[in-house]
Amino acid sequence: MTNTSLKTTSGENSFDAFGFIARFAPLIFLLVLMAAFAILEPRFLSSINLFNVMRQVSITGLLAIGMTFVILTAGIDLSVGSLLAFAGLVAAAVAKGGLQDRFTVGDDAVGYGWQLAALAAIAVGLAGGYLQGIAITRLKVPPFVVTLGGMSVFRGAALLFAAGGPISGFDKAFTWWGQGKIGPVPVPVIIFLFAALIAHIVLRYMRFGRRVYAVGGNPEAARLSGLNVNAIICSVYVIMGFFAGLGAFVLAARLNSAEAVAGTGYELTVIASVVIGGTSLFGGVGSIFGTVIGTILIGVLLNGLVLMNVSSYVQQIIIGVIIVLAVAFDTFAKSRRRKA
Amino acid sequence: MSTSEDSPTLLRMVGISKSFPGVKALESVDFTVIEGEIHAFLGENGAGKSTLLKILSGAQPPDTGTIEFEGKPVVFNSPQDAQRSGIVTIYQEFTLAPDMTIAENVFVGREPGSRFFVNHARMEDETRTLCKRIGLDRDPGTRVRDLAVAEQQMVEIARALSMKSRLIVMDEPTSALSRSEVEKLYLIVRALKAEGISTIFVTHRLEEVFEICDSYTVLRDGRHVGAGFVKDITIEGIIRMMVGRDVGLLAQRQSTTSRGEVALEVRQLFRRRKAADASAIELHGVSFAVHKGEILGIAGLVGAGRTESARAIFGADQIDSGTVLVDGKVVNIRNPSDAIRCGIGLVPEDRKQQALFLGLAIRTNLSMAAHDRICNWGSFISARKEQSLVEEYRKALNIRMASGDQLVGNLSGGNQQKVVLARWLALRPRVLIVDEPTRGIDVGAKVEVHNLLIEMAKAGIAIIAISSELPEILALSDRIVTMREGRVTGEVQGRGATQEHLMTLMTLSTRKAA
Repeated sequence: MTNTSLKTTSGENSFDAFGFIARFAPLIFLLVLMAAFAILEPRFLSSINLFNVMRQVSITGLLAIGMTFVILTAGIDLSVGSLLAFAGLVAAAVAKGGLQDRFTVGDDAVGYGWQLAALAAIAVGLAGGYLQGIAITRLKVPPFVVTLGGMSVFRGAALLFAAGGPISGFDKAFTWWGQGKIGPVPVPVIIFLFAALIAHIVLRYMRFGRRVYAVGGNPEAARLSGLNVNAIICSVYVIMGFFAGLGAFVLAARLNSAEAVAGTGYELTVIASVVIGGTSLFGGVGSIFGTVIGTILIGVLLNGLVLMNVSSYVQQIIIGVIIVLAVAFDTFAKSRRRKA
Repeated sequence: MSTSEDSPTLLRMVGISKSFPGVKALESVDFTVIEGEIHAFLGENGAGKSTLLKILSGAQPPDTGTIEFEGKPVVFNSPQDAQRSGIVTIYQEFTLAPDMTIAENVFVGREPGSRFFVNHARMEDETRTLCKRIGLDRDPGTRVRDLAVAEQQMVEIARALSMKSRLIVMDEPTSALSRSEVEKLYLIVRALKAEGISTIFVTHRLEEVFEICDSYTVLRDGRHVGAGFVKDITIEGIIRMMVGRDVGLLAQRQSTTSRGEVALEVRQLFRRRKAADASAIELHGVSFAVHKGEILGIAGLVGAGRTESARAIFGADQIDSGTVLVDGKVVNIRNPSDAIRCGIGLVPEDRKQQALFLGLAIRTNLSMAAHDRICNWGSFISARKEQSLVEEYRKALNIRMASGDQLVGNLSGGNQQKVVLARWLALRPRVLIVDEPTRGIDVGAKVEVHNLLIEMAKAGIAIIAISSELPEILALSDRIVTMREGRVTGEVQGRGATQEHLMTLMTLSTRKAA
């Protein structure tokens, strides 16, 4: 007995055990957290509450899927919340047929229908992402700076567009995308999980996904392997924009309203979800699976804290600390790997 | 003052050995410098010069051996230790902060003044004195960015003097200088010598040894192979010491029976390092051709333009002018993917930085440039096709690995290099450029890689092989082009060529002083 246990703690076997834990750390942490909340607060495990958690995280989850592409290339996008607000207002205006009747209620609203509204939101997202991608690849401005600028530009555009006020009251077909259910499952949750599945397939099984990892892992080697590095980098910001647009549409549908201050602070939650899910800020390492776990983990944490009556101020502090710890763990795991 | 045999010894390094994982960089090397001399430190790339200098400057500890300086045994745990003892190293890449002034650079980390405040007046005064001493006619408040390269080097020398150094190590100080600037550097070094300060002079331009140096030490393959006074030796003698190694392991290649038509030709490639800096010319009218089924060796020292030519052909760097022809047709290559479309592959010099994705699997690395071969419906990677591609090249190149899912970073250097070669073979290239194909891999794998290259040539691929190791060039090449300072300086047939002849073409100036 002693002999075998000695063997497993030396050499390659112990590295594998560490590697296994490192790989599934977010999932393990999520399960531990859920068990803890379940013990401390029985209401937590009710199916109503769990679906509630999932519905709450689905918007930031959509953004986190896009952010995973960006962070895999060692980039960052701070503008997601602002772009979401702007795209949401445009979608709302389309749905209402303009800015005149911004407070008409329910099915009385006349406009162009949810289809055009969704397209408009996504178009705004794509355009915003493309502009930032071009600035990053052509003007050679670091992503942090470009998207910090974008954060301000899109927020300003949103405020300007809506003249400060909200646009609310959509028809049932529109709000179904945010408030509806298929069976017991809220529609936003289905959209989120479906998008995650598609993104997972793109990253794992398509050549484009391979190239995203390659560009993040070693941009010089990627270039010398004949990849168009700039096009790939630009496209991840376009993908991020797509998800900002989609998220904007779903959020407007859920709240039956769009406003210029929507999505404030989302960049923090979204980046935290991706990083906690094990995607490295240095690029080249990460997965959509991890991001989904990271997203749910943050949702569970916030939900559990609310159920336990922890103030929202304390919640912010906890989220911030967890981001730093997640990156510290990532760095530690990386140095372990290098030594082995 | 002239040095002679009876001047006192300044530095004595005895029995210095140093190993890195897999490589013995230095083996019981002795190195002696006497007071007030200019000492040439010579050897090919990879002979162990840099390692010895790192040990001397305190950047790395030796595994074994002792250092005596000014008659006392010393141990350097850091560059600061060495500097305090009076040994200062000026690296080829200067360590100046470009946006700080001359004075700030000279006294960085040792600013005169109180504990918290810098005495700028005193700092500038002392810098002015130092500059006058070496003939740098600049205000100490000038920003280093605004200085020419030669002047920046003088700032480095001024910094060395400000540390009261007794021994200044200059690593290839002349490589970036024009002829007139070299003359000026000689004046400074001679003036230092007159003050009793010794200089270790590392250079690849052998004629400089005879222009400025008093004595020499030659390293080869981590061993001391000769030392003495320059007046007692000829340039041929030094070249013989530098290259005269055992070539036994690498079999001379059987010359190819017939060579095909020209696969790749380059004409008059010109490239400047920076558009603004006209003096830094990397490629100066480089022309050569390589035939189908031929291995063309390019020999030259680091910085001679070998790697630069390869990168220019491959589109990794832009050329300012020149023509590239593939199969007799002019092609316009603006980036690596253009080159790949023309059937050109490049195995770059630095495997880990430029070729591999160390955090990704072997199969991902291997198939990275050949997605067209493994995709279904244009975009979806077929695991089955990828698996069989990996299997094909694992067998063909004898890559030793557990599975394609293994991280490429966990392979040995030789197997990593085979993965890189496989990546290009999977594209079925017409021309393959290999830059230092066996750097940092063990002898067995080296022979395997050589045989693979020869096999590829037999299969009709035109191969350009760049190497710092002359035995490798000789073992592989049908034909050899030598380069120096961005120019082609000679072309010889591989069969019958000697290391001495190549070294002469690589190191001796073909043009007269400008």
